[in-house]
Amino acid sequence: MALTLMKGSEAIAEAAIRAGARFFFGYPITPQTEIPEYMSARMPEIGGCYLQAESEVAAINMVYGAAGTGARVITSSSSPGVSLKQEGISYCAGARLPCVILNVMRGGPGLGSIQASQGDYFQAVKGGGNGDYHLITYAPSSIQEAIDIMQFAYDKAEKYRVPVLFLADGIMCQMMEPVEMPPMKEYKVDPEKKPWAATGWKPGDDPEKRAVINSLFINTEELSVHNDILQAGYAQIRANEKMWECYKTEDADFIITAFGTVARIAKSAADSMRKEGIKVGVFRPITVWPFPYEELKEATKNCKAILDVEANEGQMLEDVKLAVLGSKPTEYFGHCGSLMPSTTEIIAKIHEMMKEGK
Amino acid sequence: MSVVFQKTPYLTDKPFHYCPGCNHGIIHRIVAECLEESGMEGNIVGVAPVGCSVFAYDYFNVDMMEAAHGRAPAVATGIKRAKPDSLVFTYQGDGDLASIGTAEIVHAAHRGEKITTIFVNNAIYGMTGGQMAPTTLIGQITTTSPYGRDEAWCGAPIKMSEMLAEIPDSYYIERCAVNNNANIIKTKNAIKKAFKYQMEGKGFCMIEVLSACPTNWGLNPVEAMKWLEENMIPYYPLGVKKDKGAE
Repeated sequence: MALTLMKGSEAIAEAAIRAGARFFFGYPITPQTEIPEYMSARMPEIGGCYLQAESEVAAINMVYGAAGTGARVITSSSSPGVSLKQEGISYCAGARLPCVILNVMRGGPGLGSIQASQGDYFQAVKGGGNGDYHLITYAPSSIQEAIDIMQFAYDKAEKYRVPVLFLADGIMCQMMEPVEMPPMKEYKVDPEKKPWAATGWKPGDDPEKRAVINSLFINTEELSVHNDILQAGYAQIRANEKMWECYKTEDADFIITAFGTVARIAKSAADSMRKEGIKVGVFRPITVWPFPYEELKEATKNCKAILDVEANEGQMLEDVKLAVLGSKPTEYFGHCGSLMPSTTEIIAKIHEMMKEGK
Repeated sequence: MSVVFQKTPYLTDKPFHYCPGCNHGIIHRIVAECLEESGMEGNIVGVAPVGCSVFAYDYFNVDMMEAAHGRAPAVATGIKRAKPDSLVFTYQGDGDLASIGTAEIVHAAHRGEKITTIFVNNAIYGMTGGQMAPTTLIGQITTTSPYGRDEAWCGAPIKMSEMLAEIPDSYYIERCAVNNNANIIKTKNAIKKAFKYQMEGKGFCMIEVLSACPTNWGLNPVEAMKWLEENMIPYYPLGVKKDKGAE
């Protein structure tokens, strides 16, 4: 299979189309504007729909409407725009609508910067919008991995009836890498497989089959039952859908935890240190929700210490600490804003930890 | 015995939760009758708002989606783009459409989205208990304008139909009322025409319907209808604001 050199944003957009996405609703925002640009040219070619919404608020509600008909729908944005989408994301989660949302993270808070950052980890995995809900959240660390995950992302979204979030960053969308594109998938809504969708109903049909896409349950007992259904789904996702990568962790004395593009920097640091004879490995959650708590605990059981590295103030650090529950010394290194931690800095931090006897 | 009248099957049997004297019941029935007469059986999707008619999905006997506050036109856009051959309508109140949802309604009209909006204007927030809306009349007392709406502080009531009629790609906009039989028939004809235009692929249509809210206006149903006639209709004149099909 031939490899093609592609820009991340275009490769991810094409991958979504190959996975059956035929509806894109979005709004321009740096550093992901190449995604809507690509979609605006590509969707008409394949009989799909590109629509530039008046705002991210409107875009996610268009996703809600189109997903409610059973179609495969995608929207993309970057941090401030994803904040605007949170209302609609909560409604999609509440109404159990499968869809794919891309967050190409940039620096924050507020307008922040237009460079890459990982500052939206909390927003992605600890809430974002109102209510008790989760999104299956993938944090790919290469363009190829994003393409590959996209090929099953809709299947997962539809199986569990949840929105899927890709937590990427500006680097992922702006860089170019050689990639292998999967074949084109045509997706046709099957009302039998999506009995909940608005696929056509008329008075006289089975009232149970009338689509009511809704997250309002004014009776508290009914809302409680609805939430139990959501939570049962999340429990299944936690049991079945965790993804992670162990990179040279087997014999490692020091294990770096990192996600997304930062994990690639961490791997370079680990490789450099192994050349010095210091055994360093990397544990990388691929799903940041569900977080691979048990798997991280298992991977770190023989190491001396853990260093969590992030391009934020240490947001995933909280989950790393929950995973090991104080059984290992756990340090953090990183930068807020859009400053990426460097291999030199990571190596220096591990040397410092060694000096401190960790 | 022959049946001379029966409730349209496009309304469910669920009893309305609306207050006595509220016009939502009449408007629901008209909309449902127009759905029945549209010939789009099995191919209709409605979008419910947030406000007094939030439970519209329990009443309209078609596929329904409940939208976030004000977002119904965006949700309807998503539906219509995914199912371009369907009849898609939103049912929204004035808090939903004229306040929190102004961006969504303006841009649905601006894109010439082929959907139909039923806009029920009662000049007040009903569901939350009678607060001032952008449509509240000057001097009107509400729970958040206890001294009467003051134009100096709150501006003058917004006229959505006139505003949307100015947008190049809106197709048909009419303001109606259901205060007497003649106006009820006019309202029904307007909604029928809007659905017809949509099925012909013409463009964005909105029918505004002035509606009484006796509970939050602090009037009995008869007084409320009189108040609507004496205060609302003069400020919000009835009639066609734009009809590209008639040009």
